[in-house]
Amino acid sequence: MKYLDEYRDPVLARRLLDELRKVATAPWTIMEVCGGQTHTIVRQGIDELLPAGIRMIHGPGCPVCVTPLAMVDKAVAIAARPEVTFTSYGDMLRVPGSIGDLIGVKARGGDIRVVYSPLDAVRIAEAHPDRQVVFFAVGFETTAPANAMAVLHAAARGLANFTVLVSHVLVPPAITAILDAPDNEVRGFLAAGHVCAVMGYTEYEPIAARYRVPIVVTGFEPLDLIEGILMTVRQLEEGRAEVENQYARAVRRTGNTAARDAIRQVFTVTDRTWRGIGEIPASGLALAPRYAAYDAERRFAVERVGTGEHPSCVAGDILRGTRLPTDCAAYGTACTPRTPLGAPMVSAEGTCAAFFSAGRHRSTVGSP
Amino acid sequence: MCLGIPGRIVEVSAPDDRPDLRTGVVDFDGIRRAVCLVYTPEAEVGDYVIVHVGVAISRVDEAEAARTLAVIRAIPDALAAELGPDGARL
Ligand code: SF4
Repeated sequence: MKYLDEYRDPVLARRLLDELRKVATAPWTIMEVCGGQTHTIVRQGIDELLPAGIRMIHGPGCPVCVTPLAMVDKAVAIAARPEVTFTSYGDMLRVPGSIGDLIGVKARGGDIRVVYSPLDAVRIAEAHPDRQVVFFAVGFETTAPANAMAVLHAAARGLANFTVLVSHVLVPPAITAILDAPDNEVRGFLAAGHVCAVMGYTEYEPIAARYRVPIVVTGFEPLDLIEGILMTVRQLEEGRAEVENQYARAVRRTGNTAARDAIRQVFTVTDRTWRGIGEIPASGLALAPRYAAYDAERRFAVERVGTGEHPSCVAGDILRGTRLPTDCAAYGTACTPRTPLGAPMVSAEGTCAAFFSAGRHRSTVGSP
Repeated sequence: MCLGIPGRIVEVSAPDDRPDLRTGVVDFDGIRRAVCLVYTPEAEVGDYVIVHVGVAISRVDEAEAARTLAVIRAIPDALAAELGPDGARL
């Protein structure tokens, strides 16, 4: 259990929590979709400070975690090719595939480079025309503008040795899939602030109306999250189901128009399999046909070779929010951030890693 | 890589005839990185922007930048993951 004194403004935090206690008369289950928010909630113990009955479910908002196993296997196979320089965000390297991980390829002499931006990958391709440079383009709507820009740059420079392995996912279809599940308990959502900084929140309005769920665009700071939860509970108690914006200091209703235009130009919406969850219709981005020349999947035909997930890993249940990491038999024993058996233990944004770094143990969970 | 880090623009450059190539240098509390500013045409030197994987996606005020940075600092390895190996020094 954390103390409120650790908050930036403990007085305001206490006031928001008091208000929440006053407003909440019924039990409500709320999901935060973003992995960054999950991390703040678990680290600051916000879920343990909430009034009894208000339950947070940690959603599938870790891009590393939901990148499909088959895509990780493809990355591993492409990265192992002698002519390829494979570039990736650092946290994809230790994600277990069914035929090993990227770090294993690197250990065996593969040319794998961690880049902080896809634009760095484009620069590597420019500097090494003799190499086939592949960038592993994963992520939610937040990284899509950068990945789109990388393709636009490569196209503008006519680079013939640059391709992207695209495995983008989109938040609104995931929310719809969660709401469509027959055993769904989620009554309200905190939408991810930075996703909405790019996309705006007009896409959420029909979802809120159709499913009668409040959706509150929320920031990442502890006070943001408590306020977002309060705004959601207030709507639920008043019988409202609207999209509200708690994070108005960074998010406009229409998002970033220039970034959205670039995404629309470079990518097209596609069905996507989410690791641990399964296929969700129209939930991903793939390269638009006019940029097919930059598609690593076309340039390097890769057969599906994988077998499947580690048998102990219950990542699917974790990502759907039906189980907590502390319910997993491997949590903290066979599976740690150093020896991850499943993707949610790899990235700081994964729920299992968030629990582990906050020091949550099986015995203490649920007892404040 | 999904979090996004705020930083202050210390340099902007763009060829007059190619505003689509607008780039700059952004200071993340001491670490400087080249950042694409194409999506934030209104942001100038001294402004704070939220940067995702080398690309600025929105302009924010200084207080917001400080708050977001404090949250990101609390997440182990998050800065290293967002900024590359040097980010760990931040
Ligand atoms: S603790 Fe490890 S094995 Fe268990 S669900 Fe999480 S990632 Fe999978």
